[in-house]
Amino acid sequence: MSQEAETLQELADQKYKYGFVTDIESEFAPKGLSEEVVRYISKKKNEPDWMLDWRLSAYRRWLTMTEPKWARVHYPPIDFQDAYYYAAPKPKDDTPKSLDEVDPELLKTYEKLGIPLTEQKMLSGVAVDAVFDSVSVVTTFKAKLEEVGVIFCPISEALVKHPELVRKYLGSVVPDTDNFYATLNSAVFSDGSFVYIPEGVRCPMELSTYFRINASKTGQFERTLIIADKGAYVSYLEGCTAPQRDENQLHAAVVELVALDNAEIKYSTVQNWYPGDENGRGGIYNFVTKRGDCRGVNSKISWTQVETGSAITWKYPSCVLRGDNSVGEFYSIAIANHYQQADTGTKMIHLGRNTKSRIISKGISAGLAQNTYRGLVRVHQKAAGARNFTQCDSLLLGSKCGAHTVPYIESRNPTAILEHEATTSKISDDQLFYCISRGIDTEEAVALIVNGFCREVLQQLPMEFAVEAQKLVGISLEGSVG
Amino acid sequence: MSETVMLEIEDLHATVQGKEILKGLSLKVGSGEVHAIMGPNGAGKSTTSYTLAGREGYDVTSGRVTFKGADLLALKPEERAAKGIFLAFQYPLEIPGVSTLTFLKTAVNAQAKLRGEPPLDAAQFLRVAREAAKMLNVSEDMLKRPLNVGFSGGEKKRNEVLQMALLKPSLAILDETDSGLDIDAMKLVAEGVNALRAPDRSFLVITHYQRLLDYIVPDYVHIFADGRIVRSGDKTLALRLEEQGYDALIGKAA
Repeated sequence: MSQEAETLQELADQKYKYGFVTDIESEFAPKGLSEEVVRYISKKKNEPDWMLDWRLSAYRRWLTMTEPKWARVHYPPIDFQDAYYYAAPKPKDDTPKSLDEVDPELLKTYEKLGIPLTEQKMLSGVAVDAVFDSVSVVTTFKAKLEEVGVIFCPISEALVKHPELVRKYLGSVVPDTDNFYATLNSAVFSDGSFVYIPEGVRCPMELSTYFRINASKTGQFERTLIIADKGAYVSYLEGCTAPQRDENQLHAAVVELVALDNAEIKYSTVQNWYPGDENGRGGIYNFVTKRGDCRGVNSKISWTQVETGSAITWKYPSCVLRGDNSVGEFYSIAIANHYQQADTGTKMIHLGRNTKSRIISKGISAGLAQNTYRGLVRVHQKAAGARNFTQCDSLLLGSKCGAHTVPYIESRNPTAILEHEATTSKISDDQLFYCISRGIDTEEAVALIVNGFCREVLQQLPMEFAVEAQKLVGISLEGSVG
Repeated sequence: MSETVMLEIEDLHATVQGKEILKGLSLKVGSGEVHAIMGPNGAGKSTTSYTLAGREGYDVTSGRVTFKGADLLALKPEERAAKGIFLAFQYPLEIPGVSTLTFLKTAVNAQAKLRGEPPLDAAQFLRVAREAAKMLNVSEDMLKRPLNVGFSGGEKKRNEVLQMALLKPSLAILDETDSGLDIDAMKLVAEGVNALRAPDRSFLVITHYQRLLDYIVPDYVHIFADGRIVRSGDKTLALRLEEQGYDALIGKAA
């Protein structure tokens, strides 16, 4: 390889800087999916019997279901038997109790990802649960959170220590029969985070889970459950990365949020799974079910997502506005470059009176990518005074990508007021030249303009992550203008 | 002509979409001088500014441009900016969601990087931006609003002058800065430009009308026709042009 070609190769590889693989010995469940595998996972986690039964019933149900085909995404059939459903770094002895006992290889991995887990280097004010393939490796600041009664731990640990809470809420927002991928997750979910904020407590720090897929041929099926009891408040953030591989890997997560009376949950996602290369090879299939239930009066759930990774994104974080005066929000940035396909949006289900929802979606398409906003605003008969505002903006870079907007609006109450605004625009040559003439090079100009386009959504992110997200927006679009 | 030459254009030919627009343009601008370029529509005035700034699609077919002793045409457009070329746009572009401050900071630091200088941190930048804004009577509010979005014509042009003040170019090209401005707005912009006149800064003022030159008084006036300069003189040439019209003056020259 010539010097120049080598440099170019290096540059190309740099674009997804989380593409490395950690060399660590792992133990796997037998390949493929069967009742045995479901039992294997449940046993690994020392789960109570009711949990195993729940999993098995989901598995049996899943066998009768078919994959949804309505999204605007295209991919070859997935062979569900050709993957591992459980992979975990082999423990040196038992499950680590403290940081000192965590495999240094793992700590190094997270350091490389910019998520230091050692006490001295931790982001102050952010507690992190680090999930590596199918298990949580460490949760920071646990003791400090316990002082105020906040439970923040791996869901596998919650099943052992707080079974009554898990049993009460698990599947109460996304039932095990919900949809093909959610049902699959219910059968084989391995880890994820559990959060409980007691009545009247404002969680003193940002909670965050960092998901990392490492092992090859392995799916990640995490399950996150967050409960904000009456008058509680929590802000939670998840981040995701995966190694660069030619194969497609499946990620089918379920996230359930429950907000009781006067409670508020703010859930932010920076999704940066490996998107595949510029020829569309490899990348994560991201089929995720996220739903929040505003169960109590005056409760509020706010979703913010920055979706830059994954070969395919199929994801509709939703709010069920059950309590009177409850509020649902969805702020989204979805970037699709090269051959990426994103079909994402939200559902706002207005059940209670005077419920309000707000949807701000910013879709950016570049290269040969297809980006779809798909949303539903449904107002039930009893939801008098319901109010929704939706704004969907699409930005196109280049002439070979696509932007699609598929909004569904169903109103059964004549007092509801629903607004929908949509725009589609391109970055003009004039805008680009204006920036360049000021000394800003093309890539930085694109990043600047796109960040401006997304500003309303970026502003919703916790401070600690907003800067990172802005950089990510720029990186995701590298090579999109030539 | 002052001693040092800032910009020298020699027999420049340039095409846009295959059509030759500049046909043998030659011009020498000394350090600290103000040159006005006047001429009818389609004469190549705006093409000159875009070609100097390096806009894609404006292809130089022959000729040379030397700027501060270097071959300007060999530089990328952003490098030309870093070297000291500034183009004040006839129609400044809107960039939704990007505040004027953010845009300016990005530009100032992008140029610093290209020149191998350290970037300004947020506090340092804010200080210089506020100083410049104060000098040019630009409100704090305007600095925070998205760049040019919802700005009046006068505000947009004042914003161009503000950018000029912060980027400190060696050669500022004002492309029909007076277009769309009422007399008060034009005076304000002209005051801003005059405040930035300096011995080491030259101006190319492109305009249709003599009016602007009452406020930004040029050292030289050039009349453009069919892709090159057909007549040059001092500021009185602009006055004669106003009286007699292009046809009479260009006719005489031809």
